[in-house]
Amino acid sequence: MAEAQSIPVGSTTAGAVAVAAESTVATRMSAPPSFDVADFPVPHGREEEWRFTPLERLRGLHDGTAIATGDGVKVAIGTPEGVTVETVGRDDARLGKAGTPVDRVAAQAYSSFEKASVVTVPKETVLTEPIRIVVHGEGGVAYGHQVVELGAFAEAVVVIDHTGDAVLAANVDYILGDGAKLTVVSVQDWDDKAVHVGQHNALIGRDATFKSFVVTFGGDLVRLHPRVAYAGPGGEAELFGLYFTDAGQHQEHRLLVDHNVPHCKSNAIYKGALQGEGAHAVWIGDVLIEATAEGTDTYEMNRNLVLTDGARVDSVPNLEIETGEIVGAGHASATGRFDDEQLFYLMARGIPADDARRLVVRGFFAELVQQIGVADIQERLLEKIDAELEASV
Amino acid sequence: MATLEIHDLHVTVEADNATKEILKGVDLTVKQGETHAIMGPNGSGKSTLAYSLAGHPKYTITGGTVTLDGEDVLEMSVDERARAGLFLAMQYPVEVPGVSVSNFLRTSATAIRGEAPKLRTWVKEVKETMERLSMDPAFAERNVNEGFSGGEKKRHEILQLELLKPKIAILDETDSGLDVDALRVVSEGVNRVRETGEVGTLLITHYTRILRYIKPDFVHVFSGGRIVESGGAELADKLENEGYEAYTTKGGVSA
Ligand SMILES: Nc1ncnc2c1ncn2[C@@H]1O[C@H](COP(=O)(O)OP(=O)(O)OP(=O)(O)O)[C@@H](O)[C@H]1O
Ligand SMILES: [Mg+2]
Repeated sequence: MAEAQSIPVGSTTAGAVAVAAESTVATRMSAPPSFDVADFPVPHGREEEWRFTPLERLRGLHDGTAIATGDGVKVAIGTPEGVTVETVGRDDARLGKAGTPVDRVAAQAYSSFEKASVVTVPKETVLTEPIRIVVHGEGGVAYGHQVVELGAFAEAVVVIDHTGDAVLAANVDYILGDGAKLTVVSVQDWDDKAVHVGQHNALIGRDATFKSFVVTFGGDLVRLHPRVAYAGPGGEAELFGLYFTDAGQHQEHRLLVDHNVPHCKSNAIYKGALQGEGAHAVWIGDVLIEATAEGTDTYEMNRNLVLTDGARVDSVPNLEIETGEIVGAGHASATGRFDDEQLFYLMARGIPADDARRLVVRGFFAELVQQIGVADIQERLLEKIDAELEASV
Repeated sequence: MATLEIHDLHVTVEADNATKEILKGVDLTVKQGETHAIMGPNGSGKSTLAYSLAGHPKYTITGGTVTLDGEDVLEMSVDERARAGLFLAMQYPVEVPGVSVSNFLRTSATAIRGEAPKLRTWVKEVKETMERLSMDPAFAERNVNEGFSGGEKKRHEILQLELLKPKIAILDETDSGLDVDALRVVSEGVNRVRETGEVGTLLITHYTRILRYIKPDFVHVFSGGRIVESGGAELADKLENEGYEAYTTKGGVSA
């Protein structure tokens, strides 16, 4: 594995500041966060936050030419008892509470949706069944906004499935009350032509726990911003992701964890496998530890396994530390080729080459999938990974 | 009776943009039930012979033949060789992150035996074999060779030898890096397999130490990429006393 670097717990912050000095999160954005698309210039591709993205494949989401077709996606929400689902207008006070759009497409989504959906788990309600949100692309252009709000000490698992074909710009807000526990699994299992761009904002209450799995398999272009901020001390965020980028696909995950209050934790682990000509994965991991956030404990890691020639990874971990009074801060990024010695070892035990490759890639992802803790979802994802491998490795 | 026949084997590697001949005409026949020790100085090409027989892609066969029961081994892919009955216990076993020992062993046994072993008997078989090799059962859930000590890696190789029951076992410096206790445990594992009479063993070693536990029928001195002398177990005693000096000056180690 080339290019691994990490700042171990207890190291001086000088090294981390040097890492951060290359580009600070604030100066990297071409405009400050805003709900209004007019506040963002149309990107041309040279902007720091757009430089990895093929704008011509955004199908007009970035320049105002993508007009909602009214039949873009169908959304179905299945909820266990005790959960409410409301369809609300643009003026609902709960919208946008968890975060503000940071780029033009997220602002376009916020400026363009007509109705939003708000799922509420009342305080102290502990769900035993997942909330299931199915977003199915019907071939059109759509803008959307989804809110999931957990009251204090509520516990829930939310599974969001994206399938079919669409050009979709949609943001999701997760609002966690004090002591709440939310696990979200967002699966991007789109058809080959789909375009999906969105910002996922989590606002984590005091002592609340947010666990997110972003799983991207499909689409022509998927670009997501999973973002976390804390509303009180003691919050914990685990951001896990896996992607399987095939020939011609562009899959981009741009994380930001804003440690804006003291004594919070974050742990981000994203793993990707790439194969085929023109497969392109982008991972940006921005972690800010603000001056007020003493006692922060954070780690972020991105690992990529490049299975064939012609695939490309851009992986940029970025840690910015404004206070030395922290428990730990580290980051690591590694991109490796499929290892011939591993292949030889497995084959020397009678295992055919294709099976050996599958074993290794499955193993690479399985560690992460096991963290979900919901058996049938884990099962489904492993099956999906097997199918991806079956199709191509 | 299974027979591995190596005839006039020549092998090269690419290093620093140059082609270097490592094996310069190896002749050797190993039959089921026999144990051959190959002894030689560092760099004489012992591992190269082992890897070439297993089919490692780094080594190019430039001449000679290798057959197993008359079948052309050199035509087979790495996994085909293993399924045909060749086993290589490696000098430096490879770490495979994310793949558990139990999953690996079962996948491998399924490939070699041609069908998945029955779960209940299999679990018992693995457990008992691990016990005999003094391996902690927790190893089954660890990733293949990841974080294993040198001795643990070697035990894991012999565990596979015992479970996969090959026709021909090539053991490349299985003794290196082992303390006396581990050497005994590992040797006992090899002897259990030998006692079945169904395996031909090619024991590659630099030192005579392991030969106190595993008695060879034949000893071959390897130097400069070929066998320079062959004899019975007594040849090992001579090497013990006199070292390889006589052979390195005579045979010449490839630089
Ligand atoms: N893949 C390779 N690339 C370059 N040179 C190699 C390679 N494999 C072996 N060699 C060279 O071939 C020669 C023989 O190596 P080999 O590992 O077969 O020796 P050995 O007898 O097993 O030694 P040891 O006792 O140290 O294990 C050495 O000079 C070695 O550097
Ligand atoms: Mg060697």
